[in-house]
Amino acid sequence: MTQVLSLIDVVKEYPMTPPVRALAGVTLSVESGELVAVVGPSGSGKSTMLHVMGTLDRPTSGDVFVAGHRVSQLSDAELSGLRSRHIGFVFQAFHLLVGYSALDNVADGLLYTGIALDERRELAKSALEKVGLANRLGHVTTQLSGGESQRVAIARAILGGPSIILADEPTGNLDSKTSAGIVQLLRDLNREGSTIVVVTHNPEVASAMPREIQLRDGLIASDQSKQLIG
Amino acid sequence: MRNGDLRSELHPSDLARTATIGARTRPLRAALSALGIMIGIGAMVAVLGLSESSKSELLAQLERLGTNLLTVQAGAGIGRGDAVLPDESIDMVGRIGPVESTAYVINVDANVYRTDLIPEAQTGGIAVMATEPNLLDAVNGTVAVGVFLNDASAGLPAVVLGSVTAQRLGIESLAASPMIWLGEEWFVVVGILESLDLHPNLDRSALIGVGIAESLLDSEDPPTTIYVRAQPEDVVAVANVLPATVNPEFPDQVNVTRPTDTLEVQEAADDTLTALFLGLGAVALLVGGVGIANVMVISVLERRSEIGLRRALGATRKHITYQFLSESILLAGTGGVAGVLLGAGVTAAWASYQGWDTLVPLVAVVGGLVAAVAIGAIAGLYPALRAAKLSPTEALRT
Repeated sequence: MTQVLSLIDVVKEYPMTPPVRALAGVTLSVESGELVAVVGPSGSGKSTMLHVMGTLDRPTSGDVFVAGHRVSQLSDAELSGLRSRHIGFVFQAFHLLVGYSALDNVADGLLYTGIALDERRELAKSALEKVGLANRLGHVTTQLSGGESQRVAIARAILGGPSIILADEPTGNLDSKTSAGIVQLLRDLNREGSTIVVVTHNPEVASAMPREIQLRDGLIASDQSKQLIG
Repeated sequence: MRNGDLRSELHPSDLARTATIGARTRPLRAALSALGIMIGIGAMVAVLGLSESSKSELLAQLERLGTNLLTVQAGAGIGRGDAVLPDESIDMVGRIGPVESTAYVINVDANVYRTDLIPEAQTGGIAVMATEPNLLDAVNGTVAVGVFLNDASAGLPAVVLGSVTAQRLGIESLAASPMIWLGEEWFVVVGILESLDLHPNLDRSALIGVGIAESLLDSEDPPTTIYVRAQPEDVVAVANVLPATVNPEFPDQVNVTRPTDTLEVQEAADDTLTALFLGLGAVALLVGGVGIANVMVISVLERRSEIGLRRALGATRKHITYQFLSESILLAGTGGVAGVLLGAGVTAAWASYQGWDTLVPLVAVVGGLVAAVAIGAIAGLYPALRAAKLSPTEALRT
């Protein structure tokens, strides 16, 4: 097993009065092929942790390694490059481009890798098939349901096979039945080899993941792995 | 560890696609913001096109009329009563070296009526002038119907009507051999002149031969106006010596004018107007540019989450800058192209209405497009940099 992500004593403070310490010294590592849930109440530092993991934000102190790269040694442009090839994001609000087809939204997953559109569309087609939307390629975003939209966003995140996929409350905007479908999809993708970290406040979602990290007041309260059936 | 693995790149064709997102998702707003640029560029191209077309028309007109014609008239002498040109002045003018030809008209103290039954007071404001057959060439006139006076008809009661005169008398053709009542005699109308651009006084006159004027109407006045054709390169020199030649005693009582000068003065006035309209076009363009900047600032505010998404997908700050800058340039450029078409269309329509050749200067077309693109770049720069400055986490916060 190779490490794809590790945080070493990561502290993130926001400069306010008094300073807000969102992460108070977090150390953890994620290995290739893992499916990890990060769970905790709002304000526990979940979102900050996801942003730091995804190199969207730099820690105040401590070290972050993604796909073998030490984040603190990379420039802003290099971090962009890292994100374009190694990290896939799934957001609560889907963040699909309005007026574009599902296929083109997924194809945008590799937009900043310089790969030509035709090739990206080919990859996008098979990614959409993988998330069960083979019959929705040409649908524009407004014609998709919430669950379908999130599947499109997941297809976009897995495009090109990134080292890690980070999902921020992927079921936050969905009803429980649709949520279960998304959780199942994430588990299926994980079984096929994707490394996924899911940040959620929903204990039900977290309990469906083989590894569950509890976050409280910017610190890891527990980190448990379990055997799941099914 | 620094290798291609960490390079973020955006294919130029993909940049072009991202630049159209704003226009695709908000077409009305994009169209309205481009409209401002279109009006500004359209106004400037139309002004330049119309000015160029009318200028070329003027040059053609000057060519046709000849700029080497001078007219000599008696000026108003101060305190000496009415000034007149001396009888011998025509011969003396003809002796000036560079003078090619001369012609003249003499005002005849007579009135013109359609018939002898018309009350005497209804003169119609028509002047009777005596002249010689060479007048037509001197003023570059043409006959609309019939013929001009010739050596034979100049001694007979024959008359040629100016265009306005013919209209006022209601004579349009010579089919019925019309006659008019001129100074207590019947005169046969032998010709009608086309309107003369530079000699409206001739348009309002009835022209008869000098011989018949003397014999029938006892007219022995000195010439009223002398028309002088000089060699083109010596026109100014001739104009300078004309007063002293015509009237050595009182040269200041002689007016020499160059009729084509009035056209040039008119053109100079047009130039001032052109400059004014260009200025107005520039103001419209500036307002259009502010409009685009405004739309781009709003667009960046509204599309924060899209910017955040793009950063998450791997866009660098530069890619974000380029995206919004190209969108702004695209808006302004589209407005510019539409404006050039509009301006050229207006020019073509007006020119064809006026019967001119349509001329849209290349510098207006190229300049218009360059100006539009430059305005788009300037208007888009600040919003684009602002979009790029946004931190990814800030942009993703909803």
